[in-house]
Amino acid sequence: MTAFDEERLARLIRALPPAPEAWVRAAQELPLAKAGLDEIVARAEADAHFRARLVADLEAALEAEGYERDPAVIEVLKVRFKSK
Amino acid sequence: MAQTLSDSELVARCRSGDQQAWAELVDRFSRYVYAISVQAFRLSDADAEDVFQEVFARAYEHLDALRDDAAVRPWLAQLTRRLCIDRLRATSRERPTADEELELAGSEETLTMLEDALTVHEALAATPEHCREVLDRFFARDESYRTIGEALDLPAGTIASRISRCLSRLRDFLEGRTQADPPSSTR
Repeated sequence: MTAFDEERLARLIRALPPAPEAWVRAAQELPLAKAGLDEIVARAEADAHFRARLVADLEAALEAEGYERDPAVIEVLKVRFKSK
Repeated sequence: MAQTLSDSELVARCRSGDQQAWAELVDRFSRYVYAISVQAFRLSDADAEDVFQEVFARAYEHLDALRDDAAVRPWLAQLTRRLCIDRLRATSRERPTADEELELAGSEETLTMLEDALTVHEALAATPEHCREVLDRFFARDESYRTIGEALDLPAGTIASRISRCLSRLRDFLEGRTQADPPSSTR
């Protein structure tokens, strides 16, 4: 980036509006969700059937087992179990 | 929004389990990740939200794998681009699209502009709060003079001159920084 005329600066500031607050909050809460996450991962490691259900349909398996639907936890589990 | 830690310091703190640092990392890069998905790849809100959460989930999971802590910015950009392309590819199963078309979906021009925009926002974060607030509210949040005046307890008639002064100050800061820093510096 070389030129800093004020019109261009204004355009560049405008180019990055805030992301929706709820999205940011959910991502920020990932560490807080980690406790629940660790429990699910530990259970999946000990129970092959539960793990297979998570891989097949993550959200349905969690719902069936009574876990609260936490988007942050679900996203991390998707990465962990390569499920959609 | 004020930045006191460098990217590498922030990543190191995240890796040691500092929750505040993680919240700051998300805050620092949230606009950039969001803009890549909605401006460069034109994802729908629903797809952009999925990509946004997945980017940070993967970043959280794989922060240990980052070889150079100072490279968190290009790492997140690359991750976001890849996930956007995956998302477009999944959509194109219903509506076939050539692979090269998907690769081109995130226009280089827009991605370069967003990279510059992040540099400007980082510089903005280093300016005094009264400048940061007024510029961010007016340009990035698209607030009116009246709304800004009410929020910052300023007469609406002084907002335009403050914006002008603060833009000059930001320009001076960026030009000074460019002279002081080598081009390869990330901060």
